[in-house]
Amino acid sequence: MAGGEVLRQNLPEKLEESPSGANELHVLAVDDSLVDRKVIERLLKISSCKVTVVESGTRALQYLGLDGDKKSSIGFDSVKVNLIMTDYSMPGMTGYDLLKKIKQESSVFREIPVVIMSSENILTRIDRCLEEGAEDFLLKPVKLSDVRRLKDFIMRGEVKEGEKRCCKRSRSEDCSPSSMTHPCDSSLLSSLSSSSVLSPLSPSTLSSKKSRL
Amino acid sequence: MDVGQMQRQWLDYTRSLFIEGFLDNQFLQLQQLQDENNPEFVVEVVSLFFDDSERLLKDLNFALDQQGVDFKKVDAHVHQLKGSSSSIGAQRVKNACIAFRNFCEEQNVEACLRCLQQVKQEYCLVKNKLETLFRLEQQIVAAGGSIPMMELGF
Repeated sequence: MAGGEVLRQNLPEKLEESPSGANELHVLAVDDSLVDRKVIERLLKISSCKVTVVESGTRALQYLGLDGDKKSSIGFDSVKVNLIMTDYSMPGMTGYDLLKKIKQESSVFREIPVVIMSSENILTRIDRCLEEGAEDFLLKPVKLSDVRRLKDFIMRGEVKEGEKRCCKRSRSEDCSPSSMTHPCDSSLLSSLSSSSVLSPLSPSTLSSKKSRL
Repeated sequence: MDVGQMQRQWLDYTRSLFIEGFLDNQFLQLQQLQDENNPEFVVEVVSLFFDDSERLLKDLNFALDQQGVDFKKVDAHVHQLKGSSSSIGAQRVKNACIAFRNFCEEQNVEACLRCLQQVKQEYCLVKNKLETLFRLEQQIVAAGGSIPMMELGF
């Protein structure tokens, strides 16, 4: 259903060569709430993502090897993360602090999209996070539709990277899809119109996909 | 009671929980995340919520019992409880927490104590309801039936 999926069918071998490896997205989720960690992990797994969940910003930095401790750094080759989703309100290092730290890094780490999750719809907070470079701001509780939308957006970004490499190598192949828009624009636009930033309302009717009766 | 009757009972009971506001849409979201590979997901998350809530309610009791109440701490605990109740769809608990936070801002101890009672009450109610629901589910599964899927548009 996603544009990303269709494109990948055209360029399977090209994507395989990219550093992100297989088509599976690796998401690092950060939340101090045990309940929320369980839910976000399931949301991501059911959306076919590889998930690593940690309980604090400090742990997240340790996992990425960014905490300055040479001993804990595994080397970023084995810790390839395609997306970071972090709660805003956490004791010690907030999600905002974590966002800033990551955006201060050089090269690879700064490129990782960071999404902030918060139960509070505070415009100044949202603005601050977006200004600091957050990809999106999700209102909790996070829904399956939020995760799917995010995943599509990230996958399109990954495909575009693969595209660039493909186009550089062979002009004769048709590697420019008709529906490619700039990922950032469509994400911000879609986040403004959906539940992710301004409106916490969710669809009032949910129909089950399969009947178990 | 045969499986069909049990399933109808389950449906009626679940519907009543939504109509009476104990649960909201988020609970349905959780059910969507449950499948054959994770058949206990909802029970697991709700159990975590029960553990978490009981801890937080104890902490709130303690914090409000102090000579000089630290309202920042009280607010932080309520914020956590509000978050986790929201995450599982326990709407009335969440709403009680929202009211509670307003009184924390006002630094009104008496009002906060009343709110705490209210939150405890709502928590006990939803805990009983959910435990009843899970018992019904166990009975259905034990009788060889399957749990119906809920639709909110009733």
